[in-house]
Amino acid sequence: MASLRVYVIRRVLVAIPMIFILLGIVFFIMRVVGDPVSAILGGHAPQEQIERIKEQLGLNKPILFQFFDYLGQLLRGDLGRSLIWGQRPVISEIWDHFPATLELSICAFLVSILVGIFTGIIAATNFGRFFDHAFRLYGIITYGLFIPWIGIMLQLIFGVYLGVLPIGGRIGTLMEPETITGLYVLDSLLTLNMESFISAIRHLILPSLTLGIYLSGIYTRLTRTHLIEVLNKDFIKSAWARGLPKRTVIFKHALKNAFIPILTMMGLQFALLLVGAVLTEITFSWPGMGTLLFERITYRDFTTVQGIIVFFALIVITVSLLVDVIYAYIDPRIRY
Amino acid sequence: MKYSISRFIVSNIIKNIFPRKGTEYFVLVGFILVLLIILMAIFAPFIAPYDPIKKVGEILERPSGKFLLGTDGLGRDVLSRIIFGARTAVLVTFLAVSISLSFGVLLGLLSGYTGGKFDTVFSLVMDAMYSFPGLILAIVLAAMLGPGILNTAMAIAVIYTPTYFRMVRGLVLSLKESLFVEAARAIGAKDRTIVFKYIFPNVISSIPIVLSLNAADAVLTLAALSFLGLGLPAPTPDWGFDLRAGHAYLASRIWWPSTFPGLMIVILTLGFSLLGEGLNEILNPELRR
Repeated sequence: MASLRVYVIRRVLVAIPMIFILLGIVFFIMRVVGDPVSAILGGHAPQEQIERIKEQLGLNKPILFQFFDYLGQLLRGDLGRSLIWGQRPVISEIWDHFPATLELSICAFLVSILVGIFTGIIAATNFGRFFDHAFRLYGIITYGLFIPWIGIMLQLIFGVYLGVLPIGGRIGTLMEPETITGLYVLDSLLTLNMESFISAIRHLILPSLTLGIYLSGIYTRLTRTHLIEVLNKDFIKSAWARGLPKRTVIFKHALKNAFIPILTMMGLQFALLLVGAVLTEITFSWPGMGTLLFERITYRDFTTVQGIIVFFALIVITVSLLVDVIYAYIDPRIRY
Repeated sequence: MKYSISRFIVSNIIKNIFPRKGTEYFVLVGFILVLLIILMAIFAPFIAPYDPIKKVGEILERPSGKFLLGTDGLGRDVLSRIIFGARTAVLVTFLAVSISLSFGVLLGLLSGYTGGKFDTVFSLVMDAMYSFPGLILAIVLAAMLGPGILNTAMAIAVIYTPTYFRMVRGLVLSLKESLFVEAARAIGAKDRTIVFKYIFPNVISSIPIVLSLNAADAVLTLAALSFLGLGLPAPTPDWGFDLRAGHAYLASRIWWPSTFPGLMIVILTLGFSLLGEGLNEILNPELRR
């Protein structure tokens, strides 16, 4: 286990320059590429108002000072205050919206894995036949689907014409469960609030399907490719020869061995999951980070936008760190 | 005799147009879809039945003989807007892909060839950008740069530059140690000659696949930016923006202003990704399974 500890420490040390570079990029985009003052005021503002905003944001100092101020603030966990609506701290705005994104992402992730692996298995076991071609095409088509469009089609079918599912929002009005984790499905279960639970699930179905379908194609393709490869190996032939039932051979022997590349992809897909969540949220008026980002860009709330981007950057780095550590734990060869 | 030769030629052409392998159909279908949309963009004024930015009928008219795909919330013909929207999509995608291609390849060549501190810094920055969720980067850039064709293209280009950079740099690192480059250096070729005459031609062959897959992605990113209202300014026909505008009427069972622009986004993306997938399998036969 000692070598695992060494690996983890080394991996954390590698992540540190990455964090600084990403923070630098965010800073560069917000202060150098764009002009925050005109972004806030919209270009035509009186001189004294410009000066006041500059003073308020510390923009009248030299650029290098600004960068260190910004890093210092971040190290203290301070993302500044929102510029609108009571000027709440950005960090609490983020914590209000993050659970919604997390809930949606988890469900969509599950949908994509289940659909992807299931279709991949069908394609691989029907190699060269109709279902194989059909699901290969599915893998390519889903990659090209535009998330809001999938969402709109689902809303049209299930929400508008069949009228069985809500087309927006996260839960029925005045049905929010007591906040424990912020995940409505979990909270309503913990407080035994069945009415909220059902409403939360019903609101979750279409958004998670939208995002899940979009992400599932890559798993279909991966499962198919690797399963076909494994199914041609000798140990599978011997399993067939021993007369084991199809289910045992495919699920217990083949799928288990095809799983590592699928696991890799789960880690790699994380950034895509976040991006997809942003678009899904906006399509379904889901009150998460994506909706927050969109809303604050519209209102030119510069500090909140910057805070959200920093938050996204930190999440991405943390997750890639976690994925690497999980690998090293599963597969000792990685620890070199 | 003449007859049979011409028949031979014709049958050969037919054989080449209609390939037998499934993968080659992918390329063919992808190519046709992309070509159709490019032609649509070029000949938009001749194909479109109405002016895309003028009110030509009642608002939200159902699809009918007069308006094949209906009218939108401002009484504009949806079909004409879709046809002119191809211009926006094709132009911005072309600009974005060209910008990211030129910067990515150039920086990758320089960084890989010079090595040292320059290379370390550039690789770190590019890796950081590559790991960051692309669309979110593009959204913020587009918001800071403001609307406009070039600004939108730049915002999209930034997120694909690292892809080319990483690919080219990796190739350069291995090519720079190869015998023919060493030979060129031995006879006293200048660095510039080595990079552009010896290394660059060996890098080109791997570009088309990445290019068409990136184009597919760029179409989606553009659609997402305009869906969020960060694309081109308002009356310009733009699929993503029209999708968003049409979304508002969905609850009253008015589906045509949002469904059709969305379908166009899907068709163009599908065209590019089929093209890329097919090329990938044809040019890298070892990947074919």
